[in-house]
Amino acid sequence: MDVLDLTRLQFAVVTIYHYFFVPLSISLAATAAGLQIAWLRTKKDQYLHLTKFVGKLLIITFAVGVVTGLVQEFQFGMGWSAFAKFYGDVFGPTLAVEGMLAFFLEATFLALWYFGWDRLPRLVHTATIVIVAIGTTISAFVILAGNSFMQNPVAYAMDPSTGRARLTSFTDLLLNKVNMAAFPHTLAGAAMVGGALLMGIGVWRLRADDGFRVLARLGAWITAVGGAAVAITGDTLGKTITEVNPMKIAAAEALYHTTASAPFSIVASGPPLPSFAIKIPWLLSFLATGSPTATVQGIDNLQQQYAATYGPGSYIPMVPVAFWTFRLMIGIGTLAALVAVLYLWRTRKGRTAPRWLTRWLPLIPLLPAAANTFGWVFTETARQPWLAFGLVKTADGISPGLTSAEVIASLIGFAVVYGVLAVLWLKLVRHTSNQPLTPTAAPVAAPEPVPVY
Amino acid sequence: MINFWFSIVVLAWVLFFVLEGFDFGVGILGPLLGRDDHERGAALTTIGPFWDGNEVWLVAAIGATFAAFPAWYAALLSGLYLPVAALLLLLAVRGVALEFRGKRDSRRWRRGAEVATAVSSAGIVALWGALLAVFVRGLALDSTGSVMGHGLSRSLSPLWTTSSLLGALGALLAAVLLGSTFLSLRTSGPVRRRARSLARWSGTVGAIALLVVGVAVLSKYALIAALVAFVVATLARVGREGLAFALTGLGVAGSVVAVFTAHGSVVLPSTLNPAWSLTMSGAAASSSSLGLITAVGVVVLPGVVAYQVFSYWVFRRRVASERVSS
Ligand code: HDD
Ligand code: HEM
Ligand code: HEM
Repeated sequence: MDVLDLTRLQFAVVTIYHYFFVPLSISLAATAAGLQIAWLRTKKDQYLHLTKFVGKLLIITFAVGVVTGLVQEFQFGMGWSAFAKFYGDVFGPTLAVEGMLAFFLEATFLALWYFGWDRLPRLVHTATIVIVAIGTTISAFVILAGNSFMQNPVAYAMDPSTGRARLTSFTDLLLNKVNMAAFPHTLAGAAMVGGALLMGIGVWRLRADDGFRVLARLGAWITAVGGAAVAITGDTLGKTITEVNPMKIAAAEALYHTTASAPFSIVASGPPLPSFAIKIPWLLSFLATGSPTATVQGIDNLQQQYAATYGPGSYIPMVPVAFWTFRLMIGIGTLAALVAVLYLWRTRKGRTAPRWLTRWLPLIPLLPAAANTFGWVFTETARQPWLAFGLVKTADGISPGLTSAEVIASLIGFAVVYGVLAVLWLKLVRHTSNQPLTPTAAPVAAPEPVPVY
Repeated sequence: MINFWFSIVVLAWVLFFVLEGFDFGVGILGPLLGRDDHERGAALTTIGPFWDGNEVWLVAAIGATFAAFPAWYAALLSGLYLPVAALLLLLAVRGVALEFRGKRDSRRWRRGAEVATAVSSAGIVALWGALLAVFVRGLALDSTGSVMGHGLSRSLSPLWTTSSLLGALGALLAAVLLGSTFLSLRTSGPVRRRARSLARWSGTVGAIALLVVGVAVLSKYALIAALVAFVVATLARVGREGLAFALTGLGVAGSVVAVFTAHGSVVLPSTLNPAWSLTMSGAAASSSSLGLITAVGVVVLPGVVAYQVFSYWVFRRRVASERVSS
């Protein structure tokens, strides 16, 4: 592996890791806010206990999200300084604005909420967690605008004297049509992960503590609704992508020749893809354009077009990766939603779900988490060889002078530390889930006040 | 416009070093000054609600640097690749250790978290001190603005110098002073007592050391710093912890400003050829980006400061470190 591949590998590892925790933070914050509002309105203790429970999971997750996010903030300068230099003008402000607008909100108000239970009036206290939830959403929106710029560069002009891009309108940058489609899709995907975590924990603990029944069903509802939203928004996203980067959709189907009424393969064998495939007729054309008979451009034609526009070279991403990640995202995510619906059905009106189902349910969070990861790997690898589509290639964005030894050293460091963090996070989530939901009555001889920290 | 933005960037760095400086200091000292589980918990509780908000100033500072001076951001981070990676790893360990400590009722778990907090905080402070010294001295920038060299030593060798060593020691001293004065302000009982005496001692010893260095290399900065440390020690002795803390903060702010303005309009000197140094205007973003972040900053940052002050006010009570028998 050369230094370019190593740096890409490192970026992928570190970013995917950040994105295990981000969707959890987004959806747990919103869930905690919802539960606390429910408690405020109904005054039922049950909701208070659930709020505190979800809050604990949120705090633990948020900590890991924050420290891995910090790494992201520095990555562009460390590994991709050429890119940072020439597109920093467009990209830098998104990071700066995200920090000012969202991260301060999240960090400060989460602390106010978590430590402020007995220091703030109830209404103000509830407002703090709502603000945290808003903060996480803002940060997702702004950072996705940064990513959307790379999928579909907008709102910039090249400065001929410096050769650098210049930002022309921040509003246009935020309202990039890719972002308008990707943001709702990402939020829906995030909801699924958080919902599935709550559902998994709820089912796991249900046998020991009946209070977890509400949590399990709430989680299942969130997963199911998230699943529906992910399908609807994913459909819009697919059409947007077909418009701005048709090569991606062609690669997702391994469609080499421009085809009218193109089918969609459920599974296929290869290489070369797709040698033998089970196909649903018209579906690809429908997904890509909304019309079952429309023509979908193939990889070979697009390659010719791109070579004519951008000069000689290969503009074809890794087709097998695109093909499989796209299917796995959809398949695994849909499976999670279906399982959630099944669980809701089997537990309707106070029924108990059968053992064959509940035995496996604690593992359900893995499904949407995997679907999210596949979604990102598809998004990012099917954009190759471009770093920012049509503007700069990945190979040209890397820091000049960076050496393999440096990247290997840092990659090992990240792998070790992140590995340990993941183990500790899992341990704490298990430990937290194992506590009874309703706090046991305080022992009579109250011990000395131990600080919470 | 560029000068204005440069001052905003420097201001963000100043706020980061002062605010996060005290919680780094508490991170180092809390586990040392607390003799048992309870006291160490009390010490770390003083920064519990604040450290993350403080750390966002780092995000803001690096984000503002990226937005306003992309070339500076690019040169610094890629040129100092390994130290920056080490810094990020230590920050990751520290943040998680702080947040995870109290989430499990096990003495071993908490002990592990405390050791991790103290070691990582000390490492971060020392690394920052060394890096600030590198900012002043510069990097081996070639004519295109990238750093010359090979292998691991490329980004490590700038740290193997006397000035970086001194920077690291100076930063540790500053963090200890900030941390101990903050702890004596925010706790009561044994931790407070020990923090006060530590502020006195470290201030005095630091003043002497800085005086020696200042005289040896004839640096007016070291002499000013010696004076600051001495006054802080005196204030701590007479029980004026608030003033002592504020003065230490001012001292740190002054040092950071000095580092960033050491070379006038050159933001990162080249050690190979002065003509290859990175200047403010050479590193700056376009005026449209600068205008944008100015507008957002003017609207948003006063609010940020307001709610951060609010949170300090909500958690203003001293944390008791003594054991009360019930
Ligand atoms: C639980 C997670 C999940 C599930 C079940 C789905 N997705 Fe998805 N998908 C994501 C999570 C995700 C994601 C991780 O959030 C991505 C990566 C980047 C993005 O914006 O969203 C994504 C990207 C992504 C892209 C690529 C966008 C780009 O290249 O910029 C398309 C076309 C779709 N999705 C379409 C779908 C469709 C038609 C689905 C049908 C059910 C679907 N996704 C389910
Ligand atoms: C919204 C913020 C994001 C931005 C601005 C961004 C930007 C980038 C950049 C600069 C690269 C390096 C160039 C390259 O190798 O293609 C990259 C690669 C990559 N990113 Fe993203 N990314 C973002 C979010 C994510 C997330 C959340 C994930 C996954 C969970 C992800 C997955 C990947 C992967 C797998 C690669 C490697 C692709 C390859 O090298 O072939 N990205 N991205
Ligand atoms: C590669 C680009 C990215 C960068 C530079 C980045 C940067 C950061 C930073 C610095 C933090 C910590 C903030 C704090 O200290 O409080 C953070 C947390 C967060 N990020 Fe990312 N991030 C990236 C990708 C993403 C993506 C793709 C999303 C969402 C779709 C996202 C959403 C969040 C959220 C919601 C948080 C706060 C919750 C948490 O910490 O888990 N980020 N990010």
